[in-house]
Amino acid sequence: MANTAKPVLHGYFRSSCSWRVRIAFALKGMDYDQVNVNLVKDGGQQVTDQYKRLNPMQQVPAVTIDDMTLSQSLAIIQYIEETRPGPRLLPSDPKQRAQVRMICDIIASGIQPLQNLYVIKKIGAEKESWANHFIQRGFEALEPILKQTAGVYCVGEEISMADICLVPQVYNAERFKVDIGQFPTIKRLNQTLLNIEAFKVSHPSCQPDTPAAVQA
Amino acid sequence: MDYDQVNVNLVKDGGQQVTDQYKRLNPMQQVPAVTIDDMTLSQSLAIIQYIEETRPGPRLLPSDPKQRAQVRMICDIIASGIQPLQNLYVIKKIGAEKESWANHFIQRGFEALEPILKQTAGVYCVGEEISMADICLVPQVYNAERFKVDIGQFPTIKRLNQTLLNIEAFKVSHPSCQPDTPAAVQA
Repeated sequence: MANTAKPVLHGYFRSSCSWRVRIAFALKGMDYDQVNVNLVKDGGQQVTDQYKRLNPMQQVPAVTIDDMTLSQSLAIIQYIEETRPGPRLLPSDPKQRAQVRMICDIIASGIQPLQNLYVIKKIGAEKESWANHFIQRGFEALEPILKQTAGVYCVGEEISMADICLVPQVYNAERFKVDIGQFPTIKRLNQTLLNIEAFKVSHPSCQPDTPAAVQA
Repeated sequence: MDYDQVNVNLVKDGGQQVTDQYKRLNPMQQVPAVTIDDMTLSQSLAIIQYIEETRPGPRLLPSDPKQRAQVRMICDIIASGIQPLQNLYVIKKIGAEKESWANHFIQRGFEALEPILKQTAGVYCVGEEISMADICLVPQVYNAERFKVDIGQFPTIKRLNQTLLNIEAFKVSHPSCQPDTPAAVQA
């Protein structure tokens, strides 16, 4: 099953999808190495032939683990969940598990892809309002859903992949000037989660590739 | 599994998905939504994994964790990396350039998917058993053809799609033969 080499995360400090994986590693207490993929320098290191061999989608994150290279943050996180001990990242109840996945996919399919770097570059001059629009729209849907499912955390009383997806998306929302005050459940959950060690150590403000100007 | 269908016409009268009634089912104002076991779920992959975990029948995910991860990766490339960029709401917002926008993102996604599937595929997307990856691939190829992406560029995708379209589950569920398929589109 798991071999003894450390996993390697290819990511970027401010990539919300990379942050998700960093949170998961931290929750599971896993050591890993980071290889920084600068998404903006020199046209973006993710478009090099070398990186394309790791991830043909030319996106971060990609993880090398157990002699396998995986992309897509939720696939990576579920692999970690299924092969490593430690706190559960998915509830044991199938209905709650479905709710967690639904929330993850609203974020990972319904919001983040519409505001990732490649798409907003393609949009051009209108990119801020485009990204703001889609995050706003997604949070307007997520708020009533979370109001139903949330206890202390997004779904019930245990941290799950839904929480892992939410916090980086709130960070992006703030970058694109979405007023989180409109969404009291999202705001409360985010505040709770930001106080948890795994979410703190993985935060974009304190990664190996965080520029000095952005450090906390 | 038997199921009932309620048709949500995405284009008629501005789209039935934007009604208050439908928003109560799915605040994202998208299809699909499924009511099952006294619960309403949205997001197709969440729905499918719930079915997988609670119903007997052929596996929709491999038993091996590494293969399972590959299946999920392929599903997410499609469900996060391609389809959201060409869904109805987004292309309406793009406006006049929508055909080339949708074509671009499907093309880009398939250019990434082809080498991945070349590595993972046996008879099916991942090895020798049908999985969620196959479930995601076929509808995305249908969309690719709608937006004039030449599937001939992607031999593995083309082969897999042809294999899968001959399977009963993919045939009975095809858009050309649903209760709400317009006469002009029927097979």
